Amino acid sequence: MSIDIDTARRVAKLARIRVEEDALPALASEFNAVLGFIEQLSEVDVEGVEPMTSVTPQRLKRRQDGVTDGNMQEKILKNAPDAREGFFAVPKVVE
Amino acid sequence: MSDLNKLTLSAARDGLRAKEFTSADLTEACLTEIEGAGALNAFVHNTPEIAREQAKAADARLAAGDAPAMCGLPIGIKDLFATKGVPTQAASAILEGFKPEYESTITSKLFDAGAVMLGKLNMDEFAMGSSNETSTYGNAVNPWRRGNEETPLTPGGSSGGSSAAVSADLCLAATGTDTGGSIRQPAAFTGIVGIKPTYGRCSRWGVVAFASSLDQAGPMTKSVRDAAIMLEAMCGHDMKDSTSADLPVPNFEALLTGDIRGKKIGIPKEYRLDGTPDEIVKLWDDGAAMLKDAGAEIVDISLPHTKYALPTYYVIAPAEASSNLARYDGVRYGHRATLAAGEGINDMYEKTRAEGFGKEVQRRVMVGTYVLSAGFYDAYYNKARKVRTLIKKDFEDAFAAGVDAILTPATPSPAFGLGEVSDSDPIQMYLNDVFTVTVNLAGLPGISVPTGVSATGLPLGLQLIGKPWEEGDLLNIAHSLEGAAGFVSKPEKWW
Repeated sequence: MSIDIDTARRVAKLARIRVEEDALPALASEFNAVLGFIEQLSEVDVEGVEPMTSVTPQRLKRRQDGVTDGNMQEKILKNAPDAREGFFAVPKVVE
Repeated sequence: MSDLNKLTLSAARDGLRAKEFTSADLTEACLTEIEGAGALNAFVHNTPEIAREQAKAADARLAAGDAPAMCGLPIGIKDLFATKGVPTQAASAILEGFKPEYESTITSKLFDAGAVMLGKLNMDEFAMGSSNETSTYGNAVNPWRRGNEETPLTPGGSSGGSSAAVSADLCLAATGTDTGGSIRQPAAFTGIVGIKPTYGRCSRWGVVAFASSLDQAGPMTKSVRDAAIMLEAMCGHDMKDSTSADLPVPNFEALLTGDIRGKKIGIPKEYRLDGTPDEIVKLWDDGAAMLKDAGAEIVDISLPHTKYALPTYYVIAPAEASSNLARYDGVRYGHRATLAAGEGINDMYEKTRAEGFGKEVQRRVMVGTYVLSAGFYDAYYNKARKVRTLIKKDFEDAFAAGVDAILTPATPSPAFGLGEVSDSDPIQMYLNDVFTVTVNLAGLPGISVPTGVSATGLPLGLQLIGKPWEEGDLLNIAHSLEGAAGFVSKPEKWW
């Protein structure tokens, strides 16, 4: 599997990381190095093997479905780059 | 009394109880030492005011006779732990200015036990790296040097600030985190002890997430006894982390009997890699001989899927990272890019993340995005999860055959020079974790113990891998190895 410049551009877009056009060839080549390394996994016979979901076989704890925390709007907004009137503010989303 | 900063946790604890000095004395000694150690770039946010206040409170507790083991002991905290009101950046520019409104479970537990925080420690950005060279704060520097050379060496990574600080006696101990070897490799590179407990032992709540199914916190200390003391204070069930184990936490220190007679120690043949330096092979053989002399039985074992551990890791860890790091979007905290007229919310996300994330973090997020994308999910991500099952089974088979612990080298080499492993070839850097990464994939406890010195005068460590939840047994075996190896060297002060 080889990653071309179009794929690198698409992956950057999916990851929401801006990569300038002139940086794409180097990025594609780095991807190829990493994926070439990962490619070794194709040698492994995994017929009938379950994919791991949890490394320690334990049932997740249950608890009452109730509100246990809250009323901290100010704290939650404290670190926001732009907060107004009790909300996170972002550039216009809907035209 | 001078040189209080050089004490181990256990010696300082005993001295405090014997009223030989106060926590305030210990704390001042460390603060002075930190002040003079700028060249190591280990502490990146100092918190002397908090430290002095905590020391005062600890002294009051000690006087009142209400003092847990960690009470009054000054430590450093890796920048990955959320600390209330104190900058917490995971060494990333994207979290510039972030001051959490809450405290991580682990730091809460340590502070409740009376520990004193001296400041936040350098690390690789988002814990992604093995040399502390991806940090937005710049490189942390190893206090050790090769003989008389002045070449600055890496303290390892990602917990490089922690390892440098403990090794240079800037603090008595430090917290670290380990996703693929980030406690054990830096501990080995700096001649200290580092343990990654069983997955689920330490709460991940309030620890900036890298790869959630692999991340575990643990202590980095000057001795195995100290590791036992500090680990006990860090462990325990936490409702806020759904993978946290609801199991009793043993008194680990009480389990350090030094008696390992009859213990079966496995030596995995797959860890004898081509090209491993002779001195590492000798270190390993010597370690096995020491355990044998102490009455353990040494057996050859096979962990057949070892060679697939790193490729598996480099699918799973980036995949989880790409998901975890999606939260850094410039909306709720941290950096937000300045937008030009007409730019919208997608431009904001893309510019913010391009400006805020360093090169290695970007690379891993994008690799993770790729392996999770439609059409590749099965070929890469599911495949890796299946191989991970096989890697874990290798260990289960060894333990089922009666093995109590497994002995391996901690790293394939001593500490290397900063800049010596090229940034353009990420695989070369990834190979640093070849002996440690299997342990994270299998969720097991692993400890790195300094047992020797390289030809160039640098510390070398061995790793012991234990059964799930058997940190007590593992620490006891490590304690025996530590005693037999008698590693006492310290770096000569040049900073």
